[in-house]
Amino acid sequence: MTAHPEATAADSSKTMAAARYAGAMSARPKRPLLLALSAVAVAVALIPVVYLAVRTAQAGWAAIVEDLGTVRVARLAVHTLGLAVVVTAGCLVLGVGAAVLVVRTDLPGRRGFAVLAALPLAVPTYIAAFAWRSTVDGFAGFWAAALVLTLCSYPYVFLPVAAALTKADPAQEEVSRSLGRTAWQTLTGVTLRQIRPALTGGGLLVALYVLSDFGAVSILRTDTFTRAIFVAFDLGFDRTGALVLAAALVVITMLILAGEEAGRRKDARYAPLGGTRRMAAPFHLARLRRPAVFALAAVAALAIGVPAVSLAHRMLQGVSRPGAWTEVAAAAGNSLWLSAAGAAFTMLLALPLGLLNAKAPGRASRLLDRLGYLGHALPGLVIGLSLVSFGVSFAYPLYQTAWLLALGYAALFLPLGVAAVAGAAAHAPPVLDEVARSLGRGPLTVFRTLTLPLTLPGIGAGAALVFLTCMKELPATLLLRPTGVDTLATELWTNTTVAAYAAAAPYAALLVLLSSLPTWLLTAHTGILTRKSAP
Amino acid sequence: MPIKVPQTILTLVAGALLLAACGSDPGSDTGSDSAATSSGGDKTITVYSGRSESLVKPLLERFTQQTGIAVEARYAATAAMASQLLEEGERSPADVFFAQDAGALGAVAKKGMLAPLSDDLVNQVPEIYRAKSKEWVGVTARSRVLVYNPGQVTEDKLPASVFDLTKPEWKGKVGVAPTNASFQAFVTAIVVQHGEQKAKDFLAGLKANEPEIRDGNGPILEEVDSGKLAVGLINHYYLGELSKERGTTPDALTAKLHFFPGGDTGALVNVAGVGVLKKAAQDPDVQAFVTYLLSADAQQYFAEQTFEYPLVAGVTPPAGVPALAELQAPAVDLNDLDQLEATIGLIQESGLVP
Repeated sequence: MTAHPEATAADSSKTMAAARYAGAMSARPKRPLLLALSAVAVAVALIPVVYLAVRTAQAGWAAIVEDLGTVRVARLAVHTLGLAVVVTAGCLVLGVGAAVLVVRTDLPGRRGFAVLAALPLAVPTYIAAFAWRSTVDGFAGFWAAALVLTLCSYPYVFLPVAAALTKADPAQEEVSRSLGRTAWQTLTGVTLRQIRPALTGGGLLVALYVLSDFGAVSILRTDTFTRAIFVAFDLGFDRTGALVLAAALVVITMLILAGEEAGRRKDARYAPLGGTRRMAAPFHLARLRRPAVFALAAVAALAIGVPAVSLAHRMLQGVSRPGAWTEVAAAAGNSLWLSAAGAAFTMLLALPLGLLNAKAPGRASRLLDRLGYLGHALPGLVIGLSLVSFGVSFAYPLYQTAWLLALGYAALFLPLGVAAVAGAAAHAPPVLDEVARSLGRGPLTVFRTLTLPLTLPGIGAGAALVFLTCMKELPATLLLRPTGVDTLATELWTNTTVAAYAAAAPYAALLVLLSSLPTWLLTAHTGILTRKSAP
Repeated sequence: MPIKVPQTILTLVAGALLLAACGSDPGSDTGSDSAATSSGGDKTITVYSGRSESLVKPLLERFTQQTGIAVEARYAATAAMASQLLEEGERSPADVFFAQDAGALGAVAKKGMLAPLSDDLVNQVPEIYRAKSKEWVGVTARSRVLVYNPGQVTEDKLPASVFDLTKPEWKGKVGVAPTNASFQAFVTAIVVQHGEQKAKDFLAGLKANEPEIRDGNGPILEEVDSGKLAVGLINHYYLGELSKERGTTPDALTAKLHFFPGGDTGALVNVAGVGVLKKAAQDPDVQAFVTYLLSADAQQYFAEQTFEYPLVAGVTPPAGVPALAELQAPAVDLNDLDQLEATIGLIQESGLVP
């Protein structure tokens, strides 16, 4: 996800030279401390995956082969991959479309639409799926789940693409236009290629999220691995069968990561970051203004309007009420501090890994980065149960404390933090460090006075994203939370299981409301909101 | 350059989080200390509840008020809670497992994690609603029912047996929740009562009849009540829950309940029950808690708030449903419902679940 300033050459021969240059740099054994810290971070995040491997192996190879080599598993694999492909494609279309409209055109109310386009990030899929199901008769199945997942996850593409479009150097586009290419040809042929890391990074997050999602697929009954894993746990606590399915999910994750890796190497013509920042002249929508406004408003209505109206309806229809407002406030408080603890711990692990990715790109850093993704595609239930087992056996003093829950969050969401840190650290290119070092500064001084100040806003953005995701997380939270501690998500769950929808609605509303603050910060961080209007 | 507020906030957030991560303890004061309760008599117990917090919490508060014993409660779905207990094994901080299904209690008991309860406790409940080994005892009972919309199915057209639902006239009309533990217990009951082949045939027939599959009993009831579905297989007390949410009585809802007659498997009566973890067997506080669950006070609470059948004699039964004694429940031993593996295989083979 990192754009390297070295690789800004305009033609392919220079690109190759730049790649060789980058390769030569990383070949030098550098930053052993950072590498060691990163290895530790990945090891910690991989605890649940290691447990999964050990437990699956205990089942014996015969049982594993028997469990996996069935038509059912093949069908699950096809469904899971199909859903990931459809949702990722949908998110790329919506995310890129919204980003281009908001950043590169004279769309009226751009800032408002930018916030609206990011806001679905604050809506958990289980709330959206529940809302859609109670609004539309017979809303279920593959395409229903694909729609809800796309509407909830396209901000994962929108935010990085909007940021990249804001920061991309418009010179290449101007050359393209001056050579007679149309606006559309320039967009697809030049601009989108420039911002490729943002596209693939966002798409990867969406694909992996789809693999791990349980809310939409269980409420809308789409047979994916994650739903099958939840069902296996529900049906007679079939832990071994569920773990074997989870192992299959890890394999699929590896395939997706390998695919992304293969796609990434071909094209290194990335947009430069830093340097003089100059906005491209906005495209005049003219007659397309109205359709564009309508399209963005329609997406917002489907993604945010439907859940909002449905929640309001449930609240008015029912007579159940949540406990005293102190209980609601306590749940909100617990959500906030548990998510803050999760975000803090995740960012602590993400910091060395992200810096390593940006400062010392190479095989080792790529490998560690990819390993960090493995937990991200696992359902929270699997991560939660594996940490129950780990906590009871090896870390009993931490068991059912916020520490173990924070570890669970880190295992689930580490890549979100790493991507943010790596992106931010690219603002402080290795060359800058080397200059500082050559002037006699020690490595720690360089980190404190140069790297940290330059990367802090990016780290903050990563923390905001992880925080937001922790707020919405349910299955791992249920298993790992300290006894007696309720959060907004768990209260929402407990009330909906007894049909107390009206009592659940305030928790849902508060959850979305509190999540919109970090979402706003993320939107602001892309630079869309502060962009000056066209000259 | 104008001051960028969000950028500044993000920087502050990051700084604060890093400081927090380096320095402070994220509040580990709750939770693990409850593991110490095994010694007993310290006026604190830890309850793992597979029943919903909004139902159980008021009851726990009453218990604490009356006895001065504080309750640390964990809530999750019964199946998840059982999974967690099985993962934790002997080091579980739990003293008590309060579950929504005899099968889950049986699964935990099978691993030898539960201690036998005293005779004076279990004898308060009829023999058919408790474990032979005394490792768990039923607290309340619930019946499987067919919920129907009278606008779509008249009373005289209702099936006499749950097995009739595989007939052509019910094609596309039946709502089922095959991932739900109650449905699974019902399938196990078919195996216990009629053998595996009958269960296989029923599931295949049901699947071939294109049932409307939902992820829980609640959605089925709502759709039957609104007329989107004609009938559905659920537990009886869901009608009470929905009427409570609507601010009315069970009788006022459109949806009506049909209790299968003549000992049909479709009228299986299952229990929500309680078991005590081995390490807490001697803890007087835990004894007091189980005693309280079987007291008139708690039993009355369940009848009124959850619409379940009380199992202790002399408590007014829930309104709007026939008395427990009048139900023609099948002769299925609840102790046999812990044979889950076969059932899971059957349900999965049938294609009703992924």
